[in-house]
Amino acid sequence: MTSAVTTATSPRTTGPTPSGRKGRLTPGGVPYALLLPAFVLYAMVVLYPTLSGAVYAFTDWTGRADGTNFIGWANFVEIFSDVAARSALRNSLIIAVSVTVVQTLVGLALALALHTSLVTRNVLRTLFFAPALLPPVIIAFLWTFILTPQGPLNRVLRGLGLDFLAQNWLGDSSLALWTVIGVVIWQSAGLTMVIYLAGLQGIPTELNESAALDGASWWQRTRLVTVPLLIPATTVAMSLTLISSLKLFDQVFAMTGGGPGYATETLSVIMYKEAFVSGRFGYSTAIALVLTMIVFAFTMVQLGALRRFDVDR
Amino acid sequence: MTRRFGAARLGREALMVLVACAFIFPFYVFFTVSMKTQAEVASSPLGLPTTLNLDNFATAWDRGDLGEAYLNSIVVVALSVLILVGFGSMAAYTLARRLSRLSTVAYLVFLVGLMIPLQLGMVPLYQFMNSANLLGTWTALILFEAGHQLPFTIFLYAGFIRALPREYEEAARVDGAGPVTMFRKIVFPLLRPITGTVVILTGITTWNDFLTPLLYVGGSSQQTLPVAIYAFRGEFATDWGVLFAGMAIAIIPLLIVYFFLQKYFIIGFASGIKG
Repeated sequence: MTSAVTTATSPRTTGPTPSGRKGRLTPGGVPYALLLPAFVLYAMVVLYPTLSGAVYAFTDWTGRADGTNFIGWANFVEIFSDVAARSALRNSLIIAVSVTVVQTLVGLALALALHTSLVTRNVLRTLFFAPALLPPVIIAFLWTFILTPQGPLNRVLRGLGLDFLAQNWLGDSSLALWTVIGVVIWQSAGLTMVIYLAGLQGIPTELNESAALDGASWWQRTRLVTVPLLIPATTVAMSLTLISSLKLFDQVFAMTGGGPGYATETLSVIMYKEAFVSGRFGYSTAIALVLTMIVFAFTMVQLGALRRFDVDR
Repeated sequence: MTRRFGAARLGREALMVLVACAFIFPFYVFFTVSMKTQAEVASSPLGLPTTLNLDNFATAWDRGDLGEAYLNSIVVVALSVLILVGFGSMAAYTLARRLSRLSTVAYLVFLVGLMIPLQLGMVPLYQFMNSANLLGTWTALILFEAGHQLPFTIFLYAGFIRALPREYEEAARVDGAGPVTMFRKIVFPLLRPITGTVVILTGITTWNDFLTPLLYVGGSSQQTLPVAIYAFRGEFATDWGVLFAGMAIAIIPLLIVYFFLQKYFIIGFASGIKG
């Protein structure tokens, strides 16, 4: 393979620049020097810190003067016995799965509704997508106010005679996690919708028209024609949502700080606290390594699924 | 038949408008509360403000150092995006046009960066910035934002360049253009559509970023808008009117730009994310 490529490119490059060194340095015509600035920056900001993080995860590094020792798997043993870390792990998985499933369904529903000939479709598309562009911290504070016990949401519910639905949304430890999940979905459903709208534009209208001529109802056409053709868009939307919700930090940190108790703690939040509040750098990096492994595992599953669907096409 | 179709369609329009109204209810709360006094927020959090009161905005602007935060955010976004476009397009050009094994490996090394959560390198990088005396400065933040978003930028550019015909470059080579001139004069101008996507996606991501800016520039005079708003919330914990005015100041320009350029934003997100 490599030799074939070399023979294919070498005549072209030795032709115009036969003058020895320069030609040999740039057989493809593009010098590797163009790659250098990006690579140096990437190595400094991503590669080196990440690799050293993976090593520090096995140490008791605290940043104090009294040395750093390798402690084997002790940090990981602690994660699974520490109540806060265990809640964080559980919550992160719950958030990832429920946000991904619900947001995909909501985004798909919005896209299907707006892909029709509605007069208002452009305005609505703009509105639904707007929250996805705004800083999550600001969205979090906005919802913190809306969700206060005497706040707008409960007043609306009481005004509609639905008093039993009025809750202490962020203060009730059995509810807070679901509230956070709801806010995250509200903010980013528009993003999923936009990905689906792009996918819908790639489906030839003839397919739906001929299915309609054959007497298929709207629901049948959607289920049997449209949705299967949206599998690539679904994979993109789902993996994007899955990874970002596994790493969820901003909304939790701004709305609940992980509380009440450990009810909304996530891996990113607890990792931040262990590192920058308690100064336990080694332990916090071990939590980050667990997060990384989960992200890798989920991504592999996604890629496997994507490849299977690609073969089908 | 046509009448029924019309009614069904009207029903659909009405239903979607209703859904949209419920969906944007938080924005209604946002902008009305930002004009209310503390007493008004407590007595009627839902009603319209009784007067068109802009005092909250003045207070927020004065007390929240929002002018300064704006400037910081603009500088950080502009320089990060500039580096990303420059470094990213050059690197992607090499990676897309070279077919050697080294180039393939280098591309994969960049792609792995799409998957690695920033959390794993967070503490070592923080210590690095600390020992380089860069904490509390734009420089630390710009290095982070640019470096961290390079994989995505390179991914977008490389995909685009691979689909670009080589004829222009070959013609330029025959005319004796060196690789750098060729990139600057021939290739980069052809990349304009994807550069637009890169600018929108990385610009928004950088503008909204919170965790790393909080760590690097929180509490300093170089903090960006989300960090300033977060600090502001600590200060005005109970005065929702002033907090919301500050938040409105932070997002209204972004919303205006979005409403004017919404087509590009939506196309950018949809096509960019798909790669």
